[in-house]
Amino acid sequence: MIAVVDYGRGNLYSLSHALSHIGVEHIVSDKPGDIDAAPTIVLPGVGAFADAMDALEARHLTTPLKRAVTRGVPLLGICLGMQILAAAIEEFGDCRGLGVIPGVVRALPEPAGTHDMRIPNVGWRRLTLRREDPLLRGLERGVVTYFVHSYGFFSEDDAVIATSDVNGLAVPAIVRWQHVVGCQFHPEKSGPVGLEMLRNFFAEAAGATAGAC
Amino acid sequence: MTVSEPQTRHVSDNNQPPVRIISRLDIKGSNVIKGIHLEGLKIVGKPGEMARQYYEQGADEIIYMDVVASLYGRNNILSVVEEAAREIFVPMTVGGGIRGVNDIVAALRSGADKVAINTAALQRPEFLSEAARAFGRQCIVLSVEAKRRGPGWWEALTDNGREQTGVNVIEWVVEAEARGIGEVLVTSVDMEGTEKGFDIELVKAVRGNVSVPVIACGGAGEGAHIQALLEASSCDAVCCASLFHFDRAPLPALKSALAAGGWEVRL
Repeated sequence: MIAVVDYGRGNLYSLSHALSHIGVEHIVSDKPGDIDAAPTIVLPGVGAFADAMDALEARHLTTPLKRAVTRGVPLLGICLGMQILAAAIEEFGDCRGLGVIPGVVRALPEPAGTHDMRIPNVGWRRLTLRREDPLLRGLERGVVTYFVHSYGFFSEDDAVIATSDVNGLAVPAIVRWQHVVGCQFHPEKSGPVGLEMLRNFFAEAAGATAGAC
Repeated sequence: MTVSEPQTRHVSDNNQPPVRIISRLDIKGSNVIKGIHLEGLKIVGKPGEMARQYYEQGADEIIYMDVVASLYGRNNILSVVEEAAREIFVPMTVGGGIRGVNDIVAALRSGADKVAINTAALQRPEFLSEAARAFGRQCIVLSVEAKRRGPGWWEALTDNGREQTGVNVIEWVVEAEARGIGEVLVTSVDMEGTEKGFDIELVKAVRGNVSVPVIACGGAGEGAHIQALLEASSCDAVCCASLFHFDRAPLPALKSALAAGGWEVRL
């Protein structure tokens, strides 16, 4: 069964409803066995990087997650769940992420002028699309999504699918590394566009799983 | 105190986030109601159907306001929100009867992303600091019911406009920002339900004194009122009830008109 990883950080209610709404059968689970058995994984999260990694460790979930990625299981990280796909967070040198997408997590630039965005960066923001991607099928123009974040995941250029501007800095909004996708925004709160991205992700994941069999 | 003038929003700014168009549902029991000056409430529909319609028409956010919660000291709005969360995939804010940390936990569990706090914060301002610390400031919206009392002075009312406090709105929003709130929802009690336009001076005064996003509410009766507000103030979001309930400017038409006028909107 498709698994939404529940490590006690963040409200999974909306995400779970969004998946049900688009017809994706899933379980919300904190059990390593469920993660090992999942054909596709969603890793959500709200809060702080180090705390999230501790919470995953405490539930013995980091190893199953890394194992799944190695096996080629499609994985979608959302918000903090995207950031912990990185190797590390810059401010805390010894805090390691899952390290499945190259990159580092860094604080967003603080506002300098009155028109600058406050941090946390909260609200609807327009995406700048950098390259084509299955996640964006049918959504090539005018994509606006809903963000809530204080940190950004700064990945290698060829992993960045889309960015959004925060105080003059192009902050990755969608990253992809093979079958692992990360969204900095909340697709489950981004209206029909967000639901379409979720549909695209699961359609591609189902195709990948079918191909592997 | 000095009220500084906000800078006008630059229509041409490339990085300007879209203007948020928020649909407000005032809830009494199992109905959406609407009044004038927050009084004389009439039933206008069912929250589930209305919220779904507004979501499908492109509302950027839905605010649910329990208009009797403070009066009766209870809160029955959460079942409405819980139901809505199954089919509405934009941010949702819940206000009315948010008195303690437990109320916030319950609101978030039912699917809300933010809570709007008025009465409890005016009774005990420390509540705002506690709430922002516990849930993050993105979660905490200060709701202000502003009644004009004289030139440049508005009084903050509580309990859906029923109770006076003597508190100056501008001083109050400045304090609330220092306590860590993430947004201000400012409702003009004078204009609310009149459909005669916003209290632009109020919105400008609030916007000029805080740097968190300001949501203007109260008075929109036609799309032009929103254009006038955006041109005069630099408010980040507009919150409307009658405008949508009575089909004065349906969301798709409103957003198209704003886009045609050069405003960034989410279409």
